[in-house]
Amino acid sequence: MTTMAFPIPRPTHPTGIWNWITTIDHKKIGVLYGVTAFILFLTGGIEALLMRIQLAGPNQDIVSAEIFNQLFTMHGTTMIFLAIMPLSAAFFNFVIPLQIGARDVAFPRLNAFSYWTFLAGAIILKISWFTGGATNAGWFGYAPLTSVQQNPGTGIDYWIVSLQVLGIASLAASFNFLVTIINMRAPGMSFMRLPLFTWMTFITNILIVLAFPVITVALIELYFDRSFGMNFFNVARGGDPVLWQHLFWVFGHPEVYILILPAMGIVSEILPTFSKKPLFGYPAIVLAGAIIAFMGWMVWSHHMFTVGLGPIPVTVFTITTMAIAVPTGIKVFNWMGTMWGGSMDFKTPMLYAIGFVAMFTIGGISGVMHSMASSDAQQQDTYFIVAHIHYVLFGGAIFAIFAGIYYWFPKITGRMYSETLGKINFWITMVGFNLAFFPQHFLGLDGMPRRIYTYDASMGWNLWNGVSTAGVIILAIGILIFMHNIVKSWRKGELAGGDPWDGRTLEWSIPSPPPEYNFAEIPTVYDRDDWWARKRREVRRGVPVAGGSGEDEHHDIHLPQPSYWPLVVAIGLFIGGIGLVYPVGMYAISMVGVFIGTVAVYAWSFEPVNDPEEGEQAAH
Amino acid sequence: MAQATAHHGEHEPTTTGLNHRKMLMWAFLGSDCMFFGTLIATYLVYKNRSITGPLPEDVFSIPVTTVSTFVLLMSSMSMVLAYAALTRNSMKTFRIWLASTCILGATFVGFQVYEFTTFANYEHKVYCADVGVKELTPLKQQLAEKCGTEDEHNGVVEEVVGLTPRTNLFGSTFYTLTGFHGAHVTLGIVWLLSLFFLSFKKGMVTPEKNLDLDLAPLYWHFVDIVWIVIFTVVYLFGVFPGF
Repeated sequence: MTTMAFPIPRPTHPTGIWNWITTIDHKKIGVLYGVTAFILFLTGGIEALLMRIQLAGPNQDIVSAEIFNQLFTMHGTTMIFLAIMPLSAAFFNFVIPLQIGARDVAFPRLNAFSYWTFLAGAIILKISWFTGGATNAGWFGYAPLTSVQQNPGTGIDYWIVSLQVLGIASLAASFNFLVTIINMRAPGMSFMRLPLFTWMTFITNILIVLAFPVITVALIELYFDRSFGMNFFNVARGGDPVLWQHLFWVFGHPEVYILILPAMGIVSEILPTFSKKPLFGYPAIVLAGAIIAFMGWMVWSHHMFTVGLGPIPVTVFTITTMAIAVPTGIKVFNWMGTMWGGSMDFKTPMLYAIGFVAMFTIGGISGVMHSMASSDAQQQDTYFIVAHIHYVLFGGAIFAIFAGIYYWFPKITGRMYSETLGKINFWITMVGFNLAFFPQHFLGLDGMPRRIYTYDASMGWNLWNGVSTAGVIILAIGILIFMHNIVKSWRKGELAGGDPWDGRTLEWSIPSPPPEYNFAEIPTVYDRDDWWARKRREVRRGVPVAGGSGEDEHHDIHLPQPSYWPLVVAIGLFIGGIGLVYPVGMYAISMVGVFIGTVAVYAWSFEPVNDPEEGEQAAH
Repeated sequence: MAQATAHHGEHEPTTTGLNHRKMLMWAFLGSDCMFFGTLIATYLVYKNRSITGPLPEDVFSIPVTTVSTFVLLMSSMSMVLAYAALTRNSMKTFRIWLASTCILGATFVGFQVYEFTTFANYEHKVYCADVGVKELTPLKQQLAEKCGTEDEHNGVVEEVVGLTPRTNLFGSTFYTLTGFHGAHVTLGIVWLLSLFFLSFKKGMVTPEKNLDLDLAPLYWHFVDIVWIVIFTVVYLFGVFPGF
């Protein structure tokens, strides 16, 4: 392949912005994912803050009803697709190759492509604020609210295109991680020796691979309805809006587990490390994760109990939904078993992990309450549901992500965060979170509907809405402290060393931050929690334990080289996507995007992964 | 040696011994199953729920689609022969069979274009002599009511009722499902043609580096299998009663 002549020379920037743009190093892509997703998390947070300020008191008019609709739709879409999923992806990228003892992912350029495509999708969604109004039909975009008659603006089209582009990014990343985990494990790293986070990532990616095509088709159908006047969800022509609900939730419920399983993986890493005990019931937790993923496909209609599906489906989905609480309960009890009798060290990651277990359990219990269809009929579309989803996704997923950020921060940056600020951050977040969302249970049971932009003073909802808004402001202060801690420590925190936590998994066996090639020598794995076991073995033999490894053995490591093409394909997708938003007359722009993308795909295929001669230099 | 071949990504040692790209291809096909599964599910949910015609029994011509199905299945055979020729290192035979695969695939797409245009300009006729003798589809019964009025010419009433994606639910679901299948076939042809032209460049397509020729057939056969399902579920079940 080296005989092919390239029009553009291979990028070889050792540092600087072009290094970041052309990088295919999984660690740098992980950092890019993390920073981008955190910024998007902040935008979703600002959207939430505006809503809470509007709802702080009765009959307020700070934002209009129209803007309010856009705010809650964009908040939901942002937090799910642009914050939690990519924040999990940041950990997949940074941690997975290190945990399985690999030098990179299986397809490094595809990995860069996933990131840039994710960014393109995020930009498409966010610019819809400035192009005549964002999407306003709720994050699940129920038909017929999304029909062109109800919603003639471009907001829905931006939403459709953005989700399609994000779907491509997620699918590409999932193929990549599935192959990486199956095929790039270090010698001896059998499946039942995989760290739990790797296991949960593996299961999550199977879910993404199978669930995203469903939403892709649903969105294609919606797009065809809107742009070409087809009849999929057009009641006047016999179309059935309930089909949209089915398709959406067949995707949407596995999506819930796509959000929470990586969080469970992170917590399952942190609890044993800070309890100084092996994970209690490792096979049970693995199996419970797999069962959750499998059963996640059988519960989607519990989102539709009030649609009127009839007694038989409602009964079946009630039973499956109750049943799925069992494997979740197995996990919770195993985490408690891990901490039980351990010598616990309440560092910030541990606090967040324990916070996760507690908050997620509260959210799980209110989830079991919804599983009873008769009870759900009372709770449907009230603030009780809002409270539930925030307990599982904020108290659950986001708490675990914060735990993960603190836990791997020394590994990613080589520096230690401030423990004092970390603890302050945790307690303020914890108090703010509960103040913000626990009263919403009361509001919901008192009948306050979700998605209303204001309410009357006589409804009796004033107090708890005020408390909830105050809680969100405290939460925001907690997030600011977190940002301050991270930024300050990244620049001048104390050096952390390779293994600050007395870790258990392979990423702690190498220096922090890890060298570009990760492992000077690919480790051979003999145990579950191999690094922990290796440290104990070597201590017994009197060999000193070091967080680092040999520095002079990497002369024959050939790393994949940077490339422009993943970025160019993503730019093609971006341009093509924008063209699709404006069907009339803009298809020409889409064709430009398709052309750029096609050229880049060919250039990519003919570009060797690694030039042997240049690879020699890159490794030195 | 390891260094010389490392950049093809073919002979890298992997945990399972399977090639990375092949494994990715299988994962992709799994994902694509869900893609077509959802399209077929939509089609089936909306079956018999169109408010107006034309319906499958009006427009489908099973003989024509049987021929195009046969053509597509034969393309799978020539794909197998092309692959076998490559492993025997007989490049000439390889190119002949690869080109045949592309031509057969393109013929199938041509059939589909023909089918779509015929459906879009569908003009249905009723021979008034058949009324009460043969079984008529609902659309034809409706038309047959015009028999004996001034619309009847030479014992025939006819009317143009094209089937477009906008006409009814059948049109929307049918064109979307088969259109995406046609797009998959077209993409496969582009892939195979790229390999065909590359095979003239020395060292690009060789028996040792036959991986691309391992992935493309996988994709090609998958798309064929999807068509077998579509042909059965959409065409055969659509026309023959009792399904």
